[in-house]
Amino acid sequence: MENRTSVKITDEPLSQQDCYNFVQDASCGGIVEFVGTVRNATQNKEVILLDFSAYEPMALKEMQKIANLALDKFDVHKIAIHHAVGPLKIGDIPVIISVSSAHRKAAFEACEYCIDTLKETVPIWKKEHFKDGEVWVNAHP
Amino acid sequence: MKIQLLFFGITTDLVGESSMSYEVPENSSIEALKLKLIAQFASLKNINDFAIAVNESYAKDHQLLLNNDVVAIIPPVSGG
Repeated sequence: MENRTSVKITDEPLSQQDCYNFVQDASCGGIVEFVGTVRNATQNKEVILLDFSAYEPMALKEMQKIANLALDKFDVHKIAIHHAVGPLKIGDIPVIISVSSAHRKAAFEACEYCIDTLKETVPIWKKEHFKDGEVWVNAHP
Repeated sequence: MKIQLLFFGITTDLVGESSMSYEVPENSSIEALKLKLIAQFASLKNINDFAIAVNESYAKDHQLLLNNDVVAIIPPVSGG
């Protein structure tokens, strides 16, 4: 059977074109793409960079699970979930999720499901670097 | 028996290591492992707020550990 999911973790820059090319299909009427970008501030504090790290083998499994579940739940054709690791500067892209479907509603819903679930379950962490220090996001030591 | 412990995110800083070989009694549960870790590493006092993965899958507190299991301490994730 044709592979309908693409999951990837890389320390190279992510490619929107790669995700687009993977999900694009003649049977589809549209593609929804979520692109995460590194924001320059958190709670009014200037961010210099975000350093992403992953438990890579498990993160890939969890991303694959999300893509498979989304294919089951929504009437979509193909899904790409790509995540970057390593230090990212303001405006860099830590995550891309692309979804293609015959009709747009399913692709919007599946894309939102994928990014929401990724943020809850995939073992990836970011450390925010400020001028005067650094902090693990969401951590409760 | 021996397990391998992996630390990620803030727990790497709290423990000062990213992995270690660790001795636990036979038939230890995750819950028992957490108690043992808290006793040994005061910095892991909030480990009950963290998830645990065994061999790359999320595991529940009552799961029993086996020799050579790879056990990861997963603090709140923040990908995306």
